[in-house]
Amino acid sequence: MGADAKVAGSTRLMVGEHFMLGDHACAEGALAAGLDFFAGYPITPSTEICERLAHRLPQVGGRFVQMEDELGSIAAILGASAAGARSLTATSGPGFSLMMENIGLAVMMEIPCVIVDVMRGSPSTGLPTLVGQGDVFQARWGSHGDYSIVAFSPSSPQECFDLTIRAFNVADQLRIPVFLLMDETIGHMTERVVIPPAAQIPRTPRKRPTHAPGEKLFLPFKADSDLIPPMAHAGEGYNVHFTGLTHDERGYPALNAQAHEELVMRLSQKVSAHASEVTLVEEVNLEDAEVVVVAFGCTARSARRAVNLARQRGIKAGLLRVITLWPFPEEQVRRLAGSGRVKRFIVPEINLGQVCREVERLTSLPVDRINRAGGAMISPQSIVEVIAA
Amino acid sequence: MTTAASASNPTRIVETHPIDKVLRADRFPHILCPACGIGSIIHCYVQAIIESGIPLNQHVCVSGIGCSGRAAGYINVDSYHTTHGRAVPFALGIAVYRPDLHVTVISGDGDLTSIGGNHLIHAARRNVNLTVICINNFNYGMTGGQAGPTTPLSAKSSTTPFGSWERPFNLPHLAHAVGASFVARWTVLHIRQLKEAVLRGIHKEGFAFIEVLSPCPTGFGRPNDIGDGLEEMRRYRRRCHVDDNAYLPEIDIDLTNDESPIVVGNFVDVDRPPFHPALGEPASTTAKPDPDRADARTQSRESISNGR
Ligand SMILES: Cc1ncc(C[n+]2csc(CCOP(=O)(O)OP(=O)(O)O)c2C)c(N)n1
Ligand code: SF4
Ligand SMILES: [Mg+2]
Repeated sequence: MGADAKVAGSTRLMVGEHFMLGDHACAEGALAAGLDFFAGYPITPSTEICERLAHRLPQVGGRFVQMEDELGSIAAILGASAAGARSLTATSGPGFSLMMENIGLAVMMEIPCVIVDVMRGSPSTGLPTLVGQGDVFQARWGSHGDYSIVAFSPSSPQECFDLTIRAFNVADQLRIPVFLLMDETIGHMTERVVIPPAAQIPRTPRKRPTHAPGEKLFLPFKADSDLIPPMAHAGEGYNVHFTGLTHDERGYPALNAQAHEELVMRLSQKVSAHASEVTLVEEVNLEDAEVVVVAFGCTARSARRAVNLARQRGIKAGLLRVITLWPFPEEQVRRLAGSGRVKRFIVPEINLGQVCREVERLTSLPVDRINRAGGAMISPQSIVEVIAA
Repeated sequence: MTTAASASNPTRIVETHPIDKVLRADRFPHILCPACGIGSIIHCYVQAIIESGIPLNQHVCVSGIGCSGRAAGYINVDSYHTTHGRAVPFALGIAVYRPDLHVTVISGDGDLTSIGGNHLIHAARRNVNLTVICINNFNYGMTGGQAGPTTPLSAKSSTTPFGSWERPFNLPHLAHAVGASFVARWTVLHIRQLKEAVLRGIHKEGFAFIEVLSPCPTGFGRPNDIGDGLEEMRRYRRRCHVDDNAYLPEIDIDLTNDESPIVVGNFVDVDRPPFHPALGEPASTTAKPDPDRADARTQSRESISNGR
C-alpha cells in the first residue's frame, strides 16, 4: 500500500508532492473525489488500487468490500450508488469482461459509477503482469446493445489522479458509468504526483429532485432539456422504481417500440450532447505538423519522444494525445485531416488495431498503423521509423 | 376491503384496501398467470412492511430477473429490478452504504440459487443485513418452464423431457450451512406463517433466508400432471409438516412423490455479528467467535438445535 499511505491515517486528501504508483494515484484520486464505497476483486495489474483503498477508505469514513467476484463488485457499486454513494470498482480485462452485463444496467438505470480497467496483455488470461491496450473497443461496445459511455486514458500517475476525479464528476453529471482505461505500464509506473488542496478539487454534484417527496408527482426518468433526469436515492421517500427493462418516465416497464426508441435515443444523445465538455486531448507540435501521431496511455509517452526525435531530424511531426477515448475526439481529428497541411496519420497502439479504425473513419488521408499484441511498450524508435518512412 | 359508491355517480365504484398504499396500484393488471403463487408472496411482504412499523421510506425491495423478479415492480417502496442473479450484491451495496434501511430481496429459485448462487452463499457467510425471499416454484417460470437447481428428481420440464436426473438443492440446509442467521421454509398456503417469517427477517440483524414454495401451474404444474395451482396447494396441505426443529440435511423436497412429507418451519434463528465493513477499526472488534458454528460441526442427529 506504500509507506505514505500508512502515515496518511485519517486524512482523506494527502495534499502535497509524492513519488507515487499510478494505481495508488488512482486510488488517491478517488478519495479526493469523495469516494464513499468501493467493491472489488483482486486482479493484476489493478490490485494495488484495491489494496490501497482497503487501507485508506475505512479510515476516512468510506466502505470497502472485497466481493466474491467481479459480477458482485459491479452490482454492489450500482446498489451503493443508487443509495447515493460515490462508488468505484477496479479490475483488469478478465474482470472487465465479467462486468459487462451490469454496465448495461448502469446505463439503463442511469446510475453513476466509475470503473477502472488496468489493461494487460489479452485476450483471456493473457499476460497478467505485462502491458496491453486491447480493451478500447470493449469499453465502448462491450455490453449488448447501443449505448454511450465516457472513457478516459491517463498517460502518467498524475493523470491517474486527475482523471479519476474527473471521471466521478462526469459520471455524476451525466448519470452514466465512466471508465478509466489505464494500462499496466501506467498503473505500475512511479512518478511525481501533486495532490492539490481541497479548494482546487472540483466536484460536480448529481442533479437531484427539486421538491420534497410527496409534495407533487416525481417522475424519476423524466429528463430536463439537458436530457438528464434528476436522481432520487434509495431511502429518501420518493418510492422510485428502477429497472433494466425499457421503461417510461415513471420508471415502469414499457415494452414497446416507441418507448424503446425514446429511451435508447435519449441515453445515447445525453452523452453526445455533452461530448465537447468531456472530450480531452493534448496537442503537441501540431501547429505546423505534417505527420500526426495519434496515441493514448503509455504509448503516448513513446510517441511524444518519437515526435521530438523526428523534429530533431527536421520532420514536421506532431502528437495528438487522446485523453478521452470515448466519445472519440472526432472534431480534433477532422480538423487536422481537413487542414490541408497534414499529410499522414500514424496510430501506434498495443493491440492489433483499434483506435486506428476511429482515425480511419474520420479521414481519407493515409493512416499508418503500428501494432503490437502486448507484453511490451512500443519503442520511440519504431515510431520514428514510421514517421521518417 | 371497503367499497364505496359515490352518491352523485352511483355507477362509479371506488375500491381501496389497507395495502393499497404499499402497492403500485397503477401497475395493475399484473403479468402473473392465474393461480400463480407469486401474488400471495407479494401480499405477505406488503403486510409485513405494514406490520413492521418501519416507515415505508426505510424499506427497499430488490429483485433479479424472472416472474418472481417482477415482484419489486409492484411494491411502492424504493425498488430495483436488477439483472439475472445479481439482486443480492446490488442489495448489499445499498445495505452497506445505508445500514439504516431495511433491504429485502425477492427473487426466484433460479435467479438466487443458480446464476446468483455464489452471491447468495457469500452474503449469508458475511451475514449481510438482508432479508431474502426465495420464491421456489421448482423451475424457470419466465423462460417457459425449464429445469433448474431446485427441480425435483424425475420432474419433467422443457429441458428435462425424460425427467430430471440431477439432485436438487435443499435450500434451508444450504442457507444454514453457509451462515444465514434466520432460515425458514413456508409455502403460499401458509400465508400467516410466511408473513410472520418475513417480519422476523426484516427485524433480524443479519442475513435472513426464507424459501417459499409456490405453484407455477404454467411452467411446472402442467408438465408434471399437477392439475392446477389449487391442486398444488392441496398437495401442500396434505403433505406439509411443520417442524421448527427439523434436521436440515434431511428436509429435501420431493414434490412428485406423494408419500414424502414437505417439512416447513422457522428452522434457524441465531444472533451473529452482522456485516459492517470496518471503519478503520481492527477486525477483532466485529468478528466475535461464533459458538453456533462451532457446535454445528459436532452436533449429532439427535442433538441438533439448528442454533436456536
Ligand atoms: C444473464 C441471463 N441469462 C438468462 C436470462 C433468461 N432468464 C430470464 S428469467 C430466467 C429464469 C428465472 O427463473 P427463476 O429465478 O426461478 O424465476 P421464475 O420465473 O421461476 O419466478 C432466465 C433463465 C436472463 N434474463 N439473463
Ligand atoms: S410462468 Fe409460473 S411463475 Fe411465471 S407467472 Fe406464470 S405461473 Fe407464475
Ligand atoms: Mg423459479
